[in-house]
Amino acid sequence: MTSRIAAAALAAALAAAAGMAGADPIDAPEIVINDGEVTLPTRAPAPDFLKDTLPEVLSGWLFRDEDTRAMEMDDFENPGMVFADQGLDAWSAVEGTEGKSCASCHNGIEDSMKGVRAHMPKMNEAGDDLWSLENFVNDCRVNRMGAEEWGWNSPEMKNMTSAISLQSRGEPVKVAIDGPAAEWWEKGKDIYYTRYGQLELGCFNCHEQYAGKMIRADHLSQGQINGFPTYRLKDAGIVSIHQRFAGCVRDTRAETFKAGSPEFRALELYVASRGAGLPVEGVSVRH
Amino acid sequence: MLRLAHLRPARAAALAALAATPVLAAEPPAPSAVQFNEGSVAQPLTGQPGSVESGKKIMSTNSLGNCVACHQVSAMPDVDFQGNVGPSLDGVAGRYDEAHLRGLVVNAKHTFEVTVMPAFYKNEGYIRPGEGYTGKAPDGPLSPILDAQQIEDVVAYLLTLK
Ligand code: HEC
Ligand code: HEC
Repeated sequence: MTSRIAAAALAAALAAAAGMAGADPIDAPEIVINDGEVTLPTRAPAPDFLKDTLPEVLSGWLFRDEDTRAMEMDDFENPGMVFADQGLDAWSAVEGTEGKSCASCHNGIEDSMKGVRAHMPKMNEAGDDLWSLENFVNDCRVNRMGAEEWGWNSPEMKNMTSAISLQSRGEPVKVAIDGPAAEWWEKGKDIYYTRYGQLELGCFNCHEQYAGKMIRADHLSQGQINGFPTYRLKDAGIVSIHQRFAGCVRDTRAETFKAGSPEFRALELYVASRGAGLPVEGVSVRH
Repeated sequence: MLRLAHLRPARAAALAALAATPVLAAEPPAPSAVQFNEGSVAQPLTGQPGSVESGKKIMSTNSLGNCVACHQVSAMPDVDFQGNVGPSLDGVAGRYDEAHLRGLVVNAKHTFEVTVMPAFYKNEGYIRPGEGYTGKAPDGPLSPILDAQQIEDVVAYLLTLK
């Protein structure tokens, strides 16, 4: 309770200090969680390939309203934590023909999954495909547990990616974009700068060119994915990275790509690289 | 931002275009058949004058023009959450004549080459177009975002913003 009040007071002070209502991101260097138990920087210098385009990269948290920001500043107030807890339960639940759980091979999630989220997506072990966290989870389920794969946006998958992401909270995003990942990255970049749909809008129009502006009631952020999975108030549930991409593409009156498609995995790599240096925030809160 | 052809059409050219067009067609032109002259469209798309009231509604309704998503209009104080991606439309009728306002609403890319402003009377030439906001591929040809009469209504409203 006290922490909730403190969080709200801090958020209010920050908003007042920034002295504006919505035109620019608020001026807060850190997201202070649980009264300082966890602090997450909200800004990082832009990666080299973006230096001429953006001075720095910014967390989407800076663009949200005070109430939404406050929710992410207290794990008891963060509705996403319930889902991460369910993912934790699933971590040690035996399933499939091999009689195994995730914990049978990986032991404790805290140590074995630490930092994992910060490097996703990445090339698989065979080196012939770019995998998102969801692909790695399903690979274990199918090939090591003899269990059925989970749907990309199923509650089970989102609970698990929430639990795993939380083990990297604070870890700076750092994805490999060289070697075999390079062509994926180029493809993702093409998609980012393509103007899709009847509205003829690309990611860059909203999240690079006009970041900081209001599009109706929405304050445009840089569209970073370091906060994912995120608890979205509008959906009253966890939203995956590809689910968010699909929503943004749909809003241009375009035919979207599918969750898990090569296009969205390539885009995920490119967008992740744009947020290099920002900490993993998941499970964040957005509206 | 590039502001190509951000020039008023020469009065003479506009007059010549008007004189060359036959009596108002009964059918609105196909989007691809609309004649542009330096970003302007002199010929109304329909024979019926635009309705200011209807234009105001189209501009402020999400599922129609939703112009206020990007533009602020002081004359609509009752409309919440006006965006600021584009310039304020206050006084816009003083900056452009009717033909140029029509051209901007039909397809602003004839005036601002790379603008984010969608073309409202256009129905082809897209990358992965969808059926409205469903995220799915369309079954048949797309309709323009606004029909010809809706374009005229919006132009009629814009002309009130002196
Ligand atoms: C028509 C404008 C528009 C386009 C085009 C668009 N987005 Fe968005 N996007 C939004 C809005 C509005 C939000 C919610 C507010 C915010 O966080 O910016 C959003 C949010 C996001 C978020 C969540 C950020 C966070 O911190 O929660 C991500 C990620 C994102 N967009 C990525 C993309 C990508 C990738 C593309 C291209 C495939 C794209 N967007 C295209 C408007 C757009
Ligand atoms: C996605 C954003 C967006 C939407 C939606 C939009 N516009 Fe625009 N509009 C712009 C931008 C941005 C400009 C400025 C040109 C530029 O620099 O790209 C502009 C310019 C204009 C201008 C010229 C203003 C001036 O002073 O030069 C008019 C008139 C206009 N828009 C009318 C409309 C109308 C009417 C609608 C709806 C039917 C609409 N716009 C919808 C973004 C938008």
